[in-house]
Amino acid sequence: MRPVYAVSGGVCKFARARPDLDFRGMVKEAYDYALTDLHLTPQHAREIVDGTICSYFSDHFTRQLKAGSMVQDYLGLCPKPGKRIEGGGATGGLAVQSGWEAVASGRFDICVVYGFETMSRVNTWKGNEFIALASDTNFDYPVGGFYSGYYAMMVVRHMKQFGTTVEQMALVSVKNHRNALHNPYAQKRRQITIEDVRRAEMVAWPLTMLDICVMSDGAAVLILCSEDGLNTLHRATGRTPLPAKITGVGGGLDAMRMADRPHGEVILLPHERPEDYRGLKYPGVHSFRAGRMAAKTAYQMAGITNPLEELDFIELHDAYTSSEVQTYEDMGLCRYGEGGKFVESGTPFMPAVDYGYHFPEQGRIPINPSGGLIACGHPVGATGIMQGVFALWQLQGSIRTHFGSDVLQVRNARRGAIHSHAGTGTYVVISILERGD
Amino acid sequence: MSESRVPEDDEGTVLFRVPLPKDPGALKDLTPLIIKHHYEIDYIHSYAQDSPFFAGLANQRLLGTRCGSCNYTYATPRAHCMECGRQCDWVDLPQEGQIHTFTVCHYGSEEFLKETPFILALIEFPGVDTLFLTRVVGLDPQASSLDWIGMRVKARFRRLSTFRPTDVYFVPIGT
Repeated sequence: MRPVYAVSGGVCKFARARPDLDFRGMVKEAYDYALTDLHLTPQHAREIVDGTICSYFSDHFTRQLKAGSMVQDYLGLCPKPGKRIEGGGATGGLAVQSGWEAVASGRFDICVVYGFETMSRVNTWKGNEFIALASDTNFDYPVGGFYSGYYAMMVVRHMKQFGTTVEQMALVSVKNHRNALHNPYAQKRRQITIEDVRRAEMVAWPLTMLDICVMSDGAAVLILCSEDGLNTLHRATGRTPLPAKITGVGGGLDAMRMADRPHGEVILLPHERPEDYRGLKYPGVHSFRAGRMAAKTAYQMAGITNPLEELDFIELHDAYTSSEVQTYEDMGLCRYGEGGKFVESGTPFMPAVDYGYHFPEQGRIPINPSGGLIACGHPVGATGIMQGVFALWQLQGSIRTHFGSDVLQVRNARRGAIHSHAGTGTYVVISILERGD
Repeated sequence: MSESRVPEDDEGTVLFRVPLPKDPGALKDLTPLIIKHHYEIDYIHSYAQDSPFFAGLANQRLLGTRCGSCNYTYATPRAHCMECGRQCDWVDLPQEGQIHTFTVCHYGSEEFLKETPFILALIEFPGVDTLFLTRVVGLDPQASSLDWIGMRVKARFRRLSTFRPTDVYFVPIGT
């Protein structure tokens, strides 16, 4: 398998609604940005791009099947080959990995990964209904299909099992909204307190409106290359961008129905021991076995044996504050059960930003420096690709160029992870990126 | 911050005509034009290998499945075993169990909004390996607490069946 590099990206600003651009126009906005960053024209791109991957989640939102083919011709990339990837909330992350596969295998030298979602075409509660159709439609959906309800049930068990508190979860919302103040692509940017989160309207106990990401319209593009592709780019533009090498990919799946998750043994990471988890029934409904599987296989490939020490930042799929807390544990940043203490210590915050709280260990490993899904929004097909773009800019040290300030630049970022998650932990993928110089 | 605002609705209106600007160069600015578009469908859906479960509900029986080889019992039926792949047998589940976890939905998907607030729960049964998703009725949705976990509950069935999993629901024992 050949080395694969991310070289450029673009994000069409996520918004509650973008009626001015349809799904094709939004992808084009992101694509044009990615090309401009490379000093490449669309005509020249069509000559040198070998193929594409298209990412969008729900046919219900556009009610336009084969939407990928429509985007491709709008971008001027026909007759180059492409295909569409779908995997719930992990669609974007899966698409990035499909692009990796196409380049690593030797099939493509230059691959454009593009994704979008248009969630404003229906009202919020209908949108929730569409999302809930990504649960068992015979047994789960009819009982009251509502993803916020499913996640709430998981965190209630996590609270009972491990003592996690709603204030700890609220700190995730404080962190991500505050980070987003410096991210012009983010949909919701505010300085809030733990009390603001707890006083917000209750959606599914104990999750409030501020514990939950919003639905958005948006698109994102990430361009991947082999070493030959880098040379082709250099010949075409006279430049070589500072690339980020994808050094690990991992994935996992778990039963669609939370009811079916086994109550067995923890899948251990190299730095863990069975004694750490004596008596714990796993994953049950409190942890994401698929996330643990994704972490284990990605770390193995990238040669990571202690992620807290060996990663500089993570863009993590925080559709819910509770999900971020649970994912700290799945990714082995702390032990299962200690996710609440992990956020309380300040470890995943940006080191130099004032959140209004004192933390003993602020900024050891920034998680969601961009503001994550909670603040940026979650146009499903675009989200996982957006994470790849933000990770690339962190590793290039180019956050100031793209965000307008370097408040969110992780200093000396050499290695980071992106994490994309579907359903109640049904598909989870993790990719590791490293500075390519 | 007080908000004086009339609530939005999606009624829209019937429109017969829209004028065009005289200057063709101004046409690019004539956006967005947003229309309402209705869509409805009836499916003819078979429950296939899960059918006995729904017939069971209509007969006041809560049916699960068991793998004769692994001895693994599924509270939410699976016609084939997740471990060994063999076809499972149908078995009666206990009609009393405990709340394993729950939430109170104060909002929901559009289809369920009118039923909020409602309590969703996963029930565990003695001697059964997996859980069952259901509604719990008879608890105060405003009084949710972690103490509800472990509460003993029993099944109740609708008399007029709808052949959906909500034909069964659970109530606290002693109700």
